[in-house]
Amino acid sequence: MSSGSNITPSVMPSHPPQREKTVPDTDVQAVPGSNQVVEPTSMTGAQAIVRSLEELDVTDVFGLPGGAILPTYDPLMDTSRIRHILVRHEQGAGHAAQGYYLATGKTGVAIATSGPGATNLVTAIADANMDSEAVVFITGQVGSKLIGSDAFQEADIVGITMPITKHSFLVRRAEDIPQALAEAFYIANTGRPGPVIVDITKDAQESQMEFSWPPVMDLPGYRPVTRGHSRQVREAAKLIQDANRPVLYVGGGTMRAQASEELAELAKLTGAPVVTTLNARGVFPDNDPQNLGMPGMHGTVSAVSALQMSDLLITLGARFDDRVTGQLTSFAPNAKVIHADIDPAEISKNRTADVPIVGNVKSILPELTEQLRESFAARGTPDLTEWWKIVNHTRETYPLGYTPTEDGLVAPQKVIETLSDIAGPEAIYVAGVGQHQMWGAQFVGYQRPNQWMNSAGLGTMGFAVPAAMGAQVAEPDRAVWAIDGDGCFQMTNQELATCVINEIPIKVALINNSSLGMVRQWQTLFYDSRYSNTDLNTGADSIRVPDFVKLAEAYGAVGIRVETEEDIAPAIRKAMEINDRPVVVDFVVSADSMVWPMVPSGVSNDQIQVARDMTPEWDEED
Amino acid sequence: MQRHTLSVLVQDVPGVLTRVAGLFARRAFNIESLTVGQSEVEGLSRMTVVVEAEGDALEQVTKQLNKLVNVIKIVELIPEQSSQRDHILVKVRSDASTRASVVQAVELFRANVVDVSTDAVTVEATGAAQKLEALLEVLEPFGIRELVRSGTIAVARGGKSMTDRALTK
Repeated sequence: MSSGSNITPSVMPSHPPQREKTVPDTDVQAVPGSNQVVEPTSMTGAQAIVRSLEELDVTDVFGLPGGAILPTYDPLMDTSRIRHILVRHEQGAGHAAQGYYLATGKTGVAIATSGPGATNLVTAIADANMDSEAVVFITGQVGSKLIGSDAFQEADIVGITMPITKHSFLVRRAEDIPQALAEAFYIANTGRPGPVIVDITKDAQESQMEFSWPPVMDLPGYRPVTRGHSRQVREAAKLIQDANRPVLYVGGGTMRAQASEELAELAKLTGAPVVTTLNARGVFPDNDPQNLGMPGMHGTVSAVSALQMSDLLITLGARFDDRVTGQLTSFAPNAKVIHADIDPAEISKNRTADVPIVGNVKSILPELTEQLRESFAARGTPDLTEWWKIVNHTRETYPLGYTPTEDGLVAPQKVIETLSDIAGPEAIYVAGVGQHQMWGAQFVGYQRPNQWMNSAGLGTMGFAVPAAMGAQVAEPDRAVWAIDGDGCFQMTNQELATCVINEIPIKVALINNSSLGMVRQWQTLFYDSRYSNTDLNTGADSIRVPDFVKLAEAYGAVGIRVETEEDIAPAIRKAMEINDRPVVVDFVVSADSMVWPMVPSGVSNDQIQVARDMTPEWDEED
Repeated sequence: MQRHTLSVLVQDVPGVLTRVAGLFARRAFNIESLTVGQSEVEGLSRMTVVVEAEGDALEQVTKQLNKLVNVIKIVELIPEQSSQRDHILVKVRSDASTRASVVQAVELFRANVVDVSTDAVTVEATGAAQKLEALLEVLEPFGIRELVRSGTIAVARGGKSMTDRALTK
């Protein structure tokens, strides 16, 4: 080996890069939390875990103990600064931590033991990864000398989760705990947020160490770009100035960046139509006439067609997901693309960007707005009257709606509309996955960020109840409604026990169509109405196993059954008045109601159907 | 598909090879060869990855690699502006009647004989991939008993150091 340079990564933070102003800025690496100085104190690794969490300003964690994490649960009993909520299944802890993050932006925390405890977290980890959510997962691991021996409850959770985490740590020594946790929290909630797992061996938890705070972080390979390149921002402004049919294509990244105010400014200035993806519902108010609603497979006709007809997509923290684009090659065929995203790998991944801007949309948006203001002042504000004429024509011709049911049962859309009217925009709405999720995205009026959360990218059934629980812990003063399906609910409803015992009064609007509804819808449309294994027998004209009202009551929650339209509103009002325990409203609805509009899988978005086999006729006037 | 040589500077921590290799697998990129070893800086390893990819896919793999927290820097090494070498050990069937011919071929290619037995000769050779292919072609008729290849290692021409630039950036 040559002697080479004596610069090592560990000294890097003390040499801040000297750069010209034109080079994009990155975050300054700082340990999250209030950074109070703690002089070296002797303690166990387990105590250091709890103490580190305290210093990182963690106030709530969700978890379930077991052998390999037992040492940590002992000091956890003594802390007055951290509330630990004992879940009934580790997946529930994971989703609760996600809901907690989604409600506030504060990093969620889930704790589990080794082996099965850790593997039960895997779905939540993958979910948080797909939807870019800051969650730190702490797992116990068997003793470091036992690793690799197939010891009792041993699983290589770091190996298992490598493709679905932003980063992971295997900690084998007590003295490494504070740094690993500080880095985990820093990585999880900077740049593109994501899940980080910290797997800590039992002997590391049991050994003595010297604890001091803040630790020195050493992340030479992690430098998320936050400020957009100003030349690119100028290029973007030029394209917007010259566009005749611009659309603001707003994704979950704008939500994660908490950039709704900055977005509102840009939207107001440009006057362009806005579409908000499934993860961005609420980041721009639905009652703003510029908002066309959700694009994609079950988007509004106006949102889908505006993208198709657009000549410029102003893409803000969105990722051209297949559920938005449909067949990629025919998506927005005439549009140039501005793509702002904090993750450089998203840019030009699916759709080539004409103007890429890497950075945080929260800082890009004001810069872009400023550039445009100057440009509009010099060259005039683009006249979008013709564009709006086309867009409004589609919006008026094909508004979101639904037809009455033919079987006399309640229409699920009516339930969700009524819920939105009564619970209002100050409530939080949390969906599982399937038809109820799409209706929840379509028929609730979203007026503020963090009002809506769901499992979008991974599509995890069972997300709603535990995520609602996490959201309720983060936002105790808001009504939190889980809009759930009868299939989803049966995957994770054991967390009702957690909610009852810990006085977490979530409300569940159970859209009970007695089936795996979305799968059934596809069977109706594409499999000749052959309903293979989608009947769950929970609703109308079935043996109702389980009886959801009795189930709720067995948990000590309130159960209400609604089978007629006139009972919808009173039941919701009654649920809104109960704040000391969870409420489950079993809305028995029609199994034949379908989610419309719909773009069938794999075809162009031009083939959107407003109802079965009904595709709008596109009359492009010019 | 075009072949690209990526030089990747990574932190020398447990699991880093799995992370890099796993990323290629998960994103469905084909690795032609991958080598890893210590760099001149303590705590940093240097990987050389040869991938087959078109332009867009290469950009995507580079961006995804860059997102790995333990990856510090990636550069693509263009063949004309870098030295790229493979190392092979090849055991060739050879007895007294053919030994002289094998040794002659080895000398023509400036390779070395590292082991001789009554029925075989083991040859080591270092060079660009094409040169080694040519040597193997010449040795083939004698009968190749075993072949071990190192995978490509590569370094840019000139006095600059990738490590310096990565660490002072």
